[in-house]
Amino acid sequence: MIEIENVRKSFGSLEVLKGINLTVQKGEVLTIIGGSGSGKSTLLTCINGLETIDGGRIVVDGTDVHAKATDLNKLRRKLGIVFQQFNAFPHLTVLENVMLAPVKVLGQSKAEAEAMAVKQLTHVGLGDKLKVYPNRMSGGQQQRMAIARALAMSPAYMLFDEVTSALDPQLVGEVLDTLRMLASEGMTMICVTHEMKFAREVSDRVAFFHKGVMAEIAPPEQLFGAPKDADLQTFLAATH
Amino acid sequence: MFDTALTLADLGFLAKGAAMTLAVTAVSVLAGTVLGVVFGVIRNQAGPYWSMPITFLLDIFRSVPLLIQLVLGNALQSILKLGWAPFTTSCVVLSLYTAAYCTEIVRGGISAVPATTRRAARSLGMTWWQDMRYIVAPLATRVSLPAWIGLTLGVMKDSALVLWLGLIELLRASQILVTRLQEPLFILLICGAIYFIISFPIARLGGYLERRWSND
Repeated sequence: MIEIENVRKSFGSLEVLKGINLTVQKGEVLTIIGGSGSGKSTLLTCINGLETIDGGRIVVDGTDVHAKATDLNKLRRKLGIVFQQFNAFPHLTVLENVMLAPVKVLGQSKAEAEAMAVKQLTHVGLGDKLKVYPNRMSGGQQQRMAIARALAMSPAYMLFDEVTSALDPQLVGEVLDTLRMLASEGMTMICVTHEMKFAREVSDRVAFFHKGVMAEIAPPEQLFGAPKDADLQTFLAATH
Repeated sequence: MFDTALTLADLGFLAKGAAMTLAVTAVSVLAGTVLGVVFGVIRNQAGPYWSMPITFLLDIFRSVPLLIQLVLGNALQSILKLGWAPFTTSCVVLSLYTAAYCTEIVRGGISAVPATTRRAARSLGMTWWQDMRYIVAPLATRVSLPAWIGLTLGVMKDSALVLWLGLIELLRASQILVTRLQEPLFILLICGAIYFIISFPIARLGGYLERRWSND
């Protein structure tokens, strides 16, 4: 369970999170929508401790993320995150990209890590690309590799930060299909996205962020069908 | 048709000089690179403000002519009564000179690794050190290699200046022969050829590694 309690975060004088309260249950798929600068991506990087927070707290399975005593490297093993940029390690093959962290961080044997990597890469449809270097692949393939790389750590939660925003339109589908597959398998996911159709299909709940505030949160039928918040109504009208 | 007083023994004398050039270069480039990596990482990690003392010191080594550094370095070691041999003094000064340039090369290489790539590594639970070791080091090395090869070749030629401290390296050995045999053109031609023979493999090694690391 991820508990977010009254989280505040500022970059200089700009307050990007103004007291966010949110709980994500095991097995839930939560998508976060909202305009740019609404703070939705910042929240994700706060959850895995890449960003500090200025108030409130974030608790993941009982561990306070931003407490001094917390071993962030250990905590991050259970929080997989995939970013907008593909972030492939360009000097390693696809297989090596996925094996690196399990071997170096989890201390798995090469054989163990390779078996896991092959399994995850096959799962995301890259079983025939093992020996290829990332710069030889399309953006969609690189992004799916990044997903497999995160999954190889056997995380309890997956965070997706606008993973299709940097992709050519014809490549968005393959990555969203991968996310749909994970959702159907019961993975706990928080997805920041601009893909409204996707949000409507896969989410248990959808949260709308506006200017650092979570303006509305509801199941997708309700949030898209009968939006209450005025800003959400404007936002949805603009995206259609 | 072509007459020379140069004997086989003289060629051996030149070869000894070349060995000295190689020794000074090898020690200086090795020590200078190690120092350069350490300073480069510090400069990158500490930010421009905290690394100002290092930056200032290294700027001195980059801006003062090497000849003056060698002479002053030698004077300093004798004032401090360190009792260093000319070889030691030469290597120390040349190492710092190399380190000054290498620091900039390393700093540039590290900052060429995208922050987002490093963030991805940390997100997988890697420590700062693991990120440096498995992601930053290989990528920065690829970026820095051409400049580093250039630095190594430059230091090897600049190392001729240690003759001012009395070391008989390749250029000084040639000078001695020129004085004795009065055949400057021929001897300098041989001297230049030896410099080339030493440099060429280093330059080719750089090209080879670049091709090997291009992932294509």
